[in-house]
Amino acid sequence: MSELFREGTVVKPYERMSQEQILLLHNASLSILTDLGIWCYNERAAGLFGDHGARVWEEIEHGQTVWRVSLPAGLVEEAVKKAPSRFFLGARNPKNRLLLDSQIPRIYFGTGSETNIWIETAMERFVSTDRQDVVLQSPRFTKLRGNTELLSRAAQLCENLENLDFFIRPVNIQDPDVTEDNHDVNKFFASLNNITKHVQAGLTRLDRLDDVVRMSEIIAGGKKALRKNPIISFIACVFKSPLQFVKDTADKVFAIVEAGLPLVISSSPQGGSSAPIQEAGMIAQINAEILAGITFTQLIREGAPVLYGSVPVRARMDDLHDLYGCPEFNQYNIDCAQMARFYKVPCYSTAGVGDAKVPGMQALFEKLFTHLYVAMSGAQYIHYAFGLLDRTNSFCPVQAVLDDEQIGKIKHCLRMPKISQTDVDDAIKMIGRVMASSHRLFARHARKAIHAGDVSRPYRFESGGMSDRVIEHAVTQLAEIESLPAPHLSADVLDKIYAEIPGLLPRLRP
Amino acid sequence: MNEQELIEKIAYNVIQGRVVAEDEGFNEGLEGQPAVTELMEQAVEQNIDAKKLVVECLTGSMEDVGEKYDKGIYLIPDMLASAECVGAAMDILGPRLAKAGIESKGRFILATVAGDLHDIGKNIVGIMLKGAGFEVIDLGNDVSADHIVEETRKNNAQFLGLSALLTTTMREMEKVVKALQNEGIRDKVRVLIGGAPTSDKFAKQIGADAYCRDAFHAVDILRKMNI
Repeated sequence: MSELFREGTVVKPYERMSQEQILLLHNASLSILTDLGIWCYNERAAGLFGDHGARVWEEIEHGQTVWRVSLPAGLVEEAVKKAPSRFFLGARNPKNRLLLDSQIPRIYFGTGSETNIWIETAMERFVSTDRQDVVLQSPRFTKLRGNTELLSRAAQLCENLENLDFFIRPVNIQDPDVTEDNHDVNKFFASLNNITKHVQAGLTRLDRLDDVVRMSEIIAGGKKALRKNPIISFIACVFKSPLQFVKDTADKVFAIVEAGLPLVISSSPQGGSSAPIQEAGMIAQINAEILAGITFTQLIREGAPVLYGSVPVRARMDDLHDLYGCPEFNQYNIDCAQMARFYKVPCYSTAGVGDAKVPGMQALFEKLFTHLYVAMSGAQYIHYAFGLLDRTNSFCPVQAVLDDEQIGKIKHCLRMPKISQTDVDDAIKMIGRVMASSHRLFARHARKAIHAGDVSRPYRFESGGMSDRVIEHAVTQLAEIESLPAPHLSADVLDKIYAEIPGLLPRLRP
Repeated sequence: MNEQELIEKIAYNVIQGRVVAEDEGFNEGLEGQPAVTELMEQAVEQNIDAKKLVVECLTGSMEDVGEKYDKGIYLIPDMLASAECVGAAMDILGPRLAKAGIESKGRFILATVAGDLHDIGKNIVGIMLKGAGFEVIDLGNDVSADHIVEETRKNNAQFLGLSALLTTTMREMEKVVKALQNEGIRDKVRVLIGGAPTSDKFAKQIGADAYCRDAFHAVDILRKMNI
């Protein structure tokens, strides 16, 4: 199994910043952590930092105790060095494992981000009021509240999207019988029972972590098997920007790291509100937050597998909401990918989000703009990439199908050039053969490249005539995918899970 | 290799689109093995009946390839590779077929008209026509109307294919048709035209016999003409 993993695409990274600029930001982040320090709302975490040489003092804020922590540069640098540079994220199907290597810009794309709204799409015929013979097909969109059934559908869909490498549940479960108590087990179960790719999620309740881990152990084949092939991992947004270490998330990080499972230390400051909008300030701050989070994981357990989770966004200046499809978003994210590479920690990044509320030209622009640039950065693990609309508020499966095609083209475009001595020799030989022929056509000699997968195919949703039928074709494609069987867990595994894990909804069992 | 094995192998290699041994096929792992050229030479050495070779190795295989193309299994490079196989085979079999009194489907003159250097489409048509059993005489590109008419008459060609990619050169086709009329040979040759700016309407307007959308359409039109 150790050799199996998804191929991904190894790219030549596009880098905005010089080495000198990286060092400037690195020193700025250390200066923030040392001179300004963080606000820590978790006593145990403050104690841990203090035990390892941080200067910790108490302050009272709104009548509550808060610990101010000044992290020495040496402590941070030493801790970050201990984070593994290379590790696997597991999957039910070993072929779907992901190899994350901070020094190899192999890019993977996946979903996010727990939206509340699912957008269903149906094509409808419209007849012109002026001319009855003029008929148009147009999509009609319906909003549904996310639930376990829709999450299961999303996982089954994502199993069958060729260019999707990992699954973060794209829709929240809001069934009437889903409570805070059974939320975690049902969201992980609905995901794991419908996809064989890596599954990642945040944790709602710390006290259900054991059940989620036990469920995953049953699926993976035992405790050791799960640690060897971690089919699940977690996202912990441990910082509330700017620089406030969150109490309950810190507790979850303790538990996840102690359970020996991988996690993302994620930070998502908004330039213009919770972080500077200027590039230097944004990167210095988010980098400081992530470094403090990674330091925390390594103080809990040296060598804990962790991703450098950068989700820097920019505020709109008209309403202070996130603005995703803009140049600054790309600049921030590319910079963060460079910082992660500097620290030799795999990078969790963000692309494919936009402000468009439905599939269409705006969505295409915003998504392509970020999908392409962030992929070029070489960030290893790019989330939010499929189906998101209305910033991170809606998930549309038709959009996910469209994104799959777009990401496939980007992966193809960013492949390493195939130019070796053998390639050049073959080319000269081929040109000679064609020049010696009567027709001087290379078409026949394209076959080898076609069969090797080196030649991309035309856009899947293109139309023949004068009308744009992209969404209509994507709706058809989605229906075809959804008619495929879901890769459910075996009956034995399901029996064991339902016997041991409390709170699972009976209707989720196939 | 006995006769039947050889025939089957040639037919298989036509479908695989392998002209010579160093060619890759549609399927994996065929490079280096004898292809249509080597196998057909062997068939000639073994004195296998030329007509039998045409019918059992080439005609059926091209139909098979056509079906695969229609179903989207094969792409244009696959189709052209098979057509080139048939062309190579016909070059080897030509003298023997003539001896046996077997004629080609007709002599086909091809040319890109004066002022136009674009010949990709015309060359694809040439490969496909040769693969379909026509004797193709390709005059190249930027060919004057006078030269086209002269070659048509000299070769007793039954078919003339004219190509143009530019709106500025497409009018040359009309000159060729008129020159054929002036020379009194218009009724002896069927004129097919093609190229991006041309159309069915334009063909009718200049007095051509047919407009061909692409090379496959050309072969289809000729089939419908019962040729």
